[in-house]
Amino acid sequence: MSTPNGVSAMGTGSGVLVLADVTRVHGRGPTAVHALRGVSLTVGAGELVAVMGPSGSGKSTLLNLAGGLDHATAGMVAVEDMDLDALSAAQLAAVRRRHVGYVFQDLNLIPALTAAENVSLPLELDGATACIARRQAREALAEVGLLELVDRFPDDMSGGQQQRVAIARALVGDRRLILADEPTGALDSETGEEVLRLLRARCDAGAAGLLVTHEARHAGWADRVVFLRDGAVVDETAYAVTPQAIATSS
Amino acid sequence: MAIRQGLLALLDEGPAYGYALKTLFEERTGGTWPLNIGQVYTTLGRLERDGLVESAGQTEAGHPLYALTAAGREEVSAWFSAPVPRERAERDELAIKLALAITAPGVDVRALVQVQRSESMRVLQELTRLKANADSEGDAAWLLVVDRLIFDAEAELRWLDHCESRVVRLAAARKKHRSAAAGTRVSTR
Ligand SMILES: Nc1ncnc2c1ncn2[C@@H]1O[C@H](COP(=O)(O)OP(=O)(O)O)[C@@H](O)[C@H]1O
Ligand SMILES: [Mg+2]
Repeated sequence: MSTPNGVSAMGTGSGVLVLADVTRVHGRGPTAVHALRGVSLTVGAGELVAVMGPSGSGKSTLLNLAGGLDHATAGMVAVEDMDLDALSAAQLAAVRRRHVGYVFQDLNLIPALTAAENVSLPLELDGATACIARRQAREALAEVGLLELVDRFPDDMSGGQQQRVAIARALVGDRRLILADEPTGALDSETGEEVLRLLRARCDAGAAGLLVTHEARHAGWADRVVFLRDGAVVDETAYAVTPQAIATSS
Repeated sequence: MAIRQGLLALLDEGPAYGYALKTLFEERTGGTWPLNIGQVYTTLGRLERDGLVESAGQTEAGHPLYALTAAGREEVSAWFSAPVPRERAERDELAIKLALAITAPGVDVRALVQVQRSESMRVLQELTRLKANADSEGDAAWLLVVDRLIFDAEAELRWLDHCESRVVRLAAARKKHRSAAAGTRVSTR
């Protein structure tokens, strides 16, 4: 029943994110932990892929490797055709800033900065002029429906609004790879759904998205759901339209 | 449907007579689906007609025994390896199948759970796609119905996670128990 690792139907061209036979071992000797064992996965432009699996199955490790925040013990991780292991530290940092957007459960918003400043900060750190950074930040905040709140401070916003600021920060500029680890955290179900709609919309607009979640309802927004168990891919669903199935399910 | 498959699964473990099957079925599914004996005999009759079951002599007390044919054995392994279609109204079939699988010898319950999980996830993806493409105001009433189906599928997926973790725990406990037993034997030698 298990899907052979690495068989991810991809259409034409290579993916925005490619993991080829990736293994990650923490520690060594008898206490070594195999967090990932030979995982292969490709996420193409316009595609949202969800990763599900029990706690400890390697989901966060997978996401950290995809974002260049951690290094594979073996195998290859490539973002936009760049092999992350072959990059210098400075090049890797540039890939992380320009190509990859991260949405984590812990939002990491800076309380002393307004919504707009929180979103434009990474652009300015990357050398954009204040004017351009501010304009792009407003665009990103508009995309998540927060145009009216650009000058608010995080503490004066609801949890859902703060989460949307964090998403705007991940989307700002032209990030082609969006990585999200349990991005709906403690949000209520309506607000959580809004977050998924935003991710979905950005992928429909051409980004590649990789979403880690334990909520099946959220994984339902993905084109493909990959199931991890003990660090290996055990199964994968593809989205396929069968209208008849819907008609008879009600 | 589920009774038919359930009886076949029980007969896969060896020949049995009607009343014993009724009792076994009820025991193995936690008494959640009581059967009446007439239902059992009607079902056995149909299974015999369909070539899945054949008569296999009788017990000492004279009860007619039934056994699986080769076709019947094939049907059982197909049932355990295929998902219960998410669309089918008779959802209890899944619960019955898992209850039997947990105690049946030689069934890979985690694989069974995963096959079902993929099936339910696929339907959840389809439903979500319907919802994503709907007009949130014009289709408000219909969207509530879609949501209901989505929450339903989600509940099933959560239940499957729960079943899997229980199976893993049970297996670990059995292993521990076995090695403990082996340990005692060694020490008494
Ligand atoms: N820095 C680390 N050092 C040692 N073990 C780790 C480290 N990070 C993760 N692990 C182990 O790797 C496995 C996978 O972890 P993780 O990717 O966080 O799983 P998940 O996100 O699916 O819960 C777990 O067994 C975890 O304990
Ligand atoms: Mg994690």
